[in-house]
Amino acid sequence: MTRAMIEAVGLHKSFGDTHALAGLDLDATEGTILGVLGPNGAGKTTAVRVLTTLIRPDAGHATVAGIDVTKDPAAVRSRIGVAGQYAALDELLTGSENLEMVGRLYRVPAPVAKQRAAALIERFELGDAANRPVKTYSGGMRRRLDLGAALIAEPPVIFLDEPTTGLDPKGRLSMWDLIAGLARGGTTVLMTTQYLEEADRLADDIAVIDHGRVIARGTADALKRQVGGERLVVTISQESTLDPARRVLESIGEGPARVDDASRAVSVAVESHGAVLTRAIRELDAAGVHVDDIGFRRPTLDEVFLSLTGRPAEEPAEVVA
Amino acid sequence: MNAAWWIRDSWEMVVRNLIHIKRTPELLLDVTLSPIMFVLLFSLVFGGSIVIPNVDYTSFLMAGIFVQTIAFAGIYTSVLLANDLQKGMIDRFRSLPMSQSSVLTGRTITDLFRALLAVSIMWVVGLLVGFRPEGGLAASVAAIGLMLLFGFALSWVGVAAGSLVRTPEALQGIIFAVVFPLTFVSSAFVETRRMPEWLGWFADRQPMTLVIDAVRSLTLFGEPGPAAIPAVLWSLGTLVVAFPLGLWLYNRRTTQ
Ligand SMILES: Nc1ncnc2c1ncn2[C@@H]1O[C@H](COP(=O)(O)OP(=O)(O)O)[C@@H](O)[C@H]1O
Ligand SMILES: [Mg+2]
Repeated sequence: MTRAMIEAVGLHKSFGDTHALAGLDLDATEGTILGVLGPNGAGKTTAVRVLTTLIRPDAGHATVAGIDVTKDPAAVRSRIGVAGQYAALDELLTGSENLEMVGRLYRVPAPVAKQRAAALIERFELGDAANRPVKTYSGGMRRRLDLGAALIAEPPVIFLDEPTTGLDPKGRLSMWDLIAGLARGGTTVLMTTQYLEEADRLADDIAVIDHGRVIARGTADALKRQVGGERLVVTISQESTLDPARRVLESIGEGPARVDDASRAVSVAVESHGAVLTRAIRELDAAGVHVDDIGFRRPTLDEVFLSLTGRPAEEPAEVVA
Repeated sequence: MNAAWWIRDSWEMVVRNLIHIKRTPELLLDVTLSPIMFVLLFSLVFGGSIVIPNVDYTSFLMAGIFVQTIAFAGIYTSVLLANDLQKGMIDRFRSLPMSQSSVLTGRTITDLFRALLAVSIMWVVGLLVGFRPEGGLAASVAAIGLMLLFGFALSWVGVAAGSLVRTPEALQGIIFAVVFPLTFVSSAFVETRRMPEWLGWFADRQPMTLVIDAVRSLTLFGEPGPAAIPAVLWSLGTLVVAFPLGLWLYNRRTTQ
């Protein structure tokens, strides 16, 4: 029941002077989605490449489906599916040809590969494009086909590296549905992302990584409690009403309100949506505050980082001697 | 990794490459149109002014054009592989439980087909403009076999070069700068004894000349001649060195 399907302990990997992984620990139990959340350059892709046997770690130890990734890479490969940050497809082959070829290379018997390819094409809504070369596909279609290639052998463990980066909102939503469906079917999924919202929506468990190591670990709820959950944000028309607006919001939400003078925005943490919005509008109006914009906002990755590390996500770390 | 899977995976890669050719036929221009132009241009332009004792110039020329084309086609494997390495598909292959070297054997076997196509086309065009392979069928088959062996060995040199050099464009430049002079400083188009002495000395000993002389002797006179054994040894030697070197460099390149 709680079998670890992915387990990494103390992974190190350097490229020249860059410590892409600096003692990374990860684990995911069977049938769950582990979200690996981190900004650009945090080491997400490097971690995926180590776990999928594409590169060897300098130090540390990792198993996937109970098999050591450095000792028996071939055995690991037959139990994993990978959809990388950039779609790994053959541009000149059609969607069906890509899936069938990858299936056969996974040692799936040819007729079975053909059947499964057809089913995946159907399920991923690529029917119209099945017989067109991949070079004619949109970004979203490529991502879906790439995921299809990862699934063709029905492996027990799937790795998805930033599966929705670069997709439009519609593409993102359909990718989310597909990923959520995988875990329901018992597959163990490790997915990386730069979006807290994405990890929140899909992952059972989140590891926040920075500079190649885990800096926070837990369920989405636990993480949000740690960094503060959703906020009600109000943008007001006149600067003179900042104070009354702050008083109203503090009476409605939790803890102190945050005021940003430059954008005339006042925000406060809220526990639930409930009647908060109507109450805020009514009370702000009664206090004579004119509102330009009002709404809920989840913390961004930047805010998570700010509260976990005290610095924004994109800023390079100070050099440690 | 057992041999049956290795063969199946290699074949899978050959089929993939053949689909590429089917979808982008211009990939074949270098082994179709260019050799035709070469045969026509050289035989028509130089045919009248270069005189080789006892042999019609077009018949003399063909062995040179065959081997030059084969050499370019073989080494061109590097460009095709470098193109592949720039795309994401190699990462997919590397994450699959397939035989990893089959990507390379598939590539070089496909390029052997390309070479065979080039030779066939040139043979036919050559016959039209006066090529008379009077050495007989068996000797002609032997000549083609030798050329393909030489081309296959150079394909593996191409695998090594393609894994080492970053971009296809850079490779094109290197090929032009290395293979082109080698084909001209050989017995391809003129007799080496007409060259300056030091140049002729080099030309007589370099592998292109050996292969060209053996092919010429086989196609025109039906006998292997003195160059045949060194030509075969050079080809096999190149293969024995380039095959493991190519595998090693490719592995190093893709596991970084
Ligand atoms: N092949 C490589 N050569 C040199 N540096 C690399 C290589 N791969 C990754 N890096 C560096 O390692 C760090 C982590 O990269 P990566 O794992 O791609 O991060 P992420 O996927 O989280 O954006 C970055 O600083 C990146 O520049
Ligand atoms: Mg990345």
